[in-house]
Formats: sequence, structure tokens, C-alpha cells
Amino acid sequence: MSDRSLAIRSFTDLANPTRFVALAGRLLPWLAGLTAVLFAVGLTLCFTTAADYQQGETVRIMYIHVPAAWLSMMGYSVMAASALGTLVWRHPLADVAAKCAAPIGAGFTALALITGSLWGKPMWGTWWVWDARLTSVFILFLMYLGLIALNRAMDDAGRAAKVSAVLILVGFVNIPIIKFSVDWWNTLHQPASVLRLGGSAIDPEFLRPLLVMALAFTCLFFTLHLAAMRTEIWRRRIAAMRRQAARGAASA
Amino acid sequence: MTALFLRDLKLATRAGGGALTGILFFLAVVAVVPFGLGPDLKLLARVGPAMLWIGALLASLLGLERLFQAEREDGALDVMLMQETPLVFTVFIKCLAHWTASGLPLVLVSPLLGLFLNMEPQAIGATMLTLLAGTPAITLIGAMGAAVAVALPRGGLLVSILVLPLVVPVLIFGVSAAYAAVEDPAPFLPPFLILIAITLFFAVIGPAAAAVALRAASE
Amino acid sequence: MSAHLAYVAASYGAALIISAGLIGWVVLDARARRRELKALEDAGIRRRSAGGGAP
Repeated sequence: MSDRSLAIRSFTDLANPTRFVALAGRLLPWLAGLTAVLFAVGLTLCFTTAADYQQGETVRIMYIHVPAAWLSMMGYSVMAASALGTLVWRHPLADVAAKCAAPIGAGFTALALITGSLWGKPMWGTWWVWDARLTSVFILFLMYLGLIALNRAMDDAGRAAKVSAVLILVGFVNIPIIKFSVDWWNTLHQPASVLRLGGSAIDPEFLRPLLVMALAFTCLFFTLHLAAMRTEIWRRRIAAMRRQAARGAASA
Repeated sequence: MTALFLRDLKLATRAGGGALTGILFFLAVVAVVPFGLGPDLKLLARVGPAMLWIGALLASLLGLERLFQAEREDGALDVMLMQETPLVFTVFIKCLAHWTASGLPLVLVSPLLGLFLNMEPQAIGATMLTLLAGTPAITLIGAMGAAVAVALPRGGLLVSILVLPLVVPVLIFGVSAAYAAVEDPAPFLPPFLILIAITLFFAVIGPAAAAVALRAASE
Repeated sequence: MSAHLAYVAASYGAALIISAGLIGWVVLDARARRRELKALEDAGIRRRSAGGGAP
């Protein structure tokens, strides 16, 4: 592509898919490198810090679990912001962003669930507890899967974007209600016997690897998101070119 | 508006409408429960309110995709989109009619099914009351799902999958209010009031979202 | 303690698998699309405008 020299002058310039692709191409190697460095540092910290006197080695699961859980929520927030962009400003890249965030967000949500239950088995003695947090993350996971299924079921990208934007936003409004209801339900059904992690202040010894890992996972998210968005733009471009070619063949 | 309400009501209750199917489905789901759990009357009485709620939830979801389907098929949807009355109101009235035709009968037959499940009169009353307050919320959230289904080549099951996570709070507060009426220490009013609040909240959000989705879907 | 280590290892393994899966999906998808784009361009099909990517 000849437009590598095009400079991004303002945020609105990002609306131009060609400029976006060019920018993504320039940014991606740097982001990927940063992600790799952060992961190297973070993983080193993960395995060199001391084990917790109470949780033992399993505290190391937290260095993955907590960032994954954060990102599962951040992924949905990114989708909600994009949905707003689709419906309010009709930003041409917003629906691309929303569509590409869904599988990545679902991946991190699945990771949060898996590591959560791997942590729960030695600590709680069971793989799955209908704990308030686990349950809300599980419902979030279902919402992700529903949105992915919806996007796959529709052929027309523009229509799919708007319809799923509505759904994303209603889901976003609903998240606090779900969280609240699950908390209510949990206190109703479970006497407070569940070990709480957030109750005690976290020692800086554990905070450092946690934050680095959170940063590393966030970078990973955005690297993947940017790359997926670029691919999605290409995909639409290919579809447009194919249509054009078919039209050309029909009229000739 | 009254005309639309009556028209929808008539359409739903005549032969081929979805109202009767919903009730039958509700009956079938609740009738299957004892076969799964065993005929232990004590156990059935304990899970009764929950079973009635789950049955009503599934039965409501079943009929949802029909909400805008007929309109799409005969082209009335375009008229709805173009008329002067705001689309939100039209959607709201349609939800109301849909609930009267398919939600209200579920509430009305629930005491009968409660008897099958060996529930106490008080539990039956509480379940009926919570269903009365909660099922409109399911219809109102589902309206959005039904609007999404209009855009889908094959709607149906996907709508239920999309709507189900969103109605979890309704189920939680409905069931906990129904249980609170029977079990002593838990207060009945707070969950019941929250349930009503959720219904009112979705009376605003649901039709608005459905209207936006309908416009997007029929572009 | 060794049993706990197995859970830790499983967690990191899961993280590796899911991250690798996501990265693999993104990279392979990008590569396939890039190839298709190139094939179409080689076939002489041009876009109407430089910015007309998204429909």
C-alpha cells in the first residue's frame, strides 16, 4: 500500500480505514514487542516472589486469574464504548472494534473461569463454587458467547453491527443489576464461609507481579484487538472487491 | 393504541396464535419435574416455587420470537416504523398485549400447578404474586431479543440464548421473594420491591432498545 | 505442596493455551486475508477509492 506516509493528524482521521490500517501496521510490532517484554518481566516476578504463607504456591494462580478477570470486564467495556460509537456517532470503525473485541474478551473470560476453578480446587476443595464473583463472570461469559453467535448468524455486517450494538449496551446497563442480584442471591444461599481474597490488604510483594502481569495482559489484549481489527477491515475490503468483480463480470 | 392492543390480543388468542402453546409448554415443563426429582412430596414442595418460576421463564422465552414475526411477514412492520406515534410506544403496547396473551395465563395457571407440587397455599399465593410482578419484565427484556430476531435469517433459539443471561436478576429476585414468604427469617418485601423495580426499569429500557434494534434491523 | 504446584502449572498451561489460541487465530486470519487481498489485486481488481474499505 502506498499510503504509509499518511500521517494521522487527529482522532477523526482514524475513521479512515486505510489510515487506520497503516497506523496499525506501524504500531503492531512495537505493541507486540512491549507485550513480550512485559510478559518476560512479569513471569520472572511471578516465579521469583515468595509463596504466600496462607495460600502457599496457589497465590501464583492469582497473577493470571486477576488480570484475566479484569480484562474480561475491560473487554466488555471496550465493546460497550464501541457500541456507543456505532449507534451515536456512526463511526465506521466502531463496529469493527466491537466485533473483534468479542472473541478476545470471551477468551480472557474463559481463562478467568478456568484459573478461578483451578484456584478453588485446592483452596475451597471444589472445582466450582456458586460464589457471587464466579457466577457473575460466568453470566458475562454467556453474554460474550451469545454476542459471538449473533455476529456469526448474520450475513450483513452493517446490520449485525447495529443490532449487536443495542444488545451490547443493554447488557452493559444490565451488568450492575446482575452483579447486585447475584450478590443478593449468594448471601441468601450461602452462609459466609467462603474465603475472601479481597478482604485483606495485598502485600506489595504480591502486588508488583500482579500489576506487571495486568499490564502485560492489557497490552496483549490491545495487540490482539488491533491486529484483529486490521484483519476485519481487510475481510470487508475483500468482500467489497469480490462484489465489485462480480458486478463487473455481470455487466461485461 | 387501544386498537393495536386489541388487535394483537385477538391475533394471539385465535387459532395459530402462540398463547395456548405457552401454557401447554409451562404445564409440560412443570409436569416433568416430579419425574426427574422423584415423587417425594416434601422435596417437591420445597423446589415448587423455583420450578414454577423456571417453567414460566422458559414458557415466556418460547413465545417471544413471535412478537414481531407476523409484522415482518405481512409488512406491517414498515408501517409501524413510519407512523407518527413513536415506535417506542408501539413496541410497549405490543409488549403489553403479548404479556396479556401469554404471560398472564401463565400466572393464572400457576396455582393449579402449585397444587400438583404439593405447595402450601401461602407459597402458591406468593409465587403467583411474584410471577405477576416479574413476568412483564421477561417480556420487556425479550422484546429486544425479538427485535433482534427480525434481522436474523433464522431467529428462534438464538434469541433465548441472548435474553437468558439478562433475565437472571428477575429469576433471582422472583424466586427469593417467593421463598421469603414461606421461610420465616427472610423478609418478603425487599426482594419483591426490587423485582418490581426491575420490571419498571425494563419497561423503560426494553421498548427503547427494541425500537432501536427494529430500526437497525429493517434498514 | 506438590499437588498445589500441579494446579499452578495447570493454570499457567491454560493461560498459555488460550493466549496461543487467540494469537494463532489472529495471525492465521490476518495471513489468510492478506493472501486473498493480494490474489484479488493481482487479478486486477481495484477498489473504487482508497478509503472505500468498509461497506
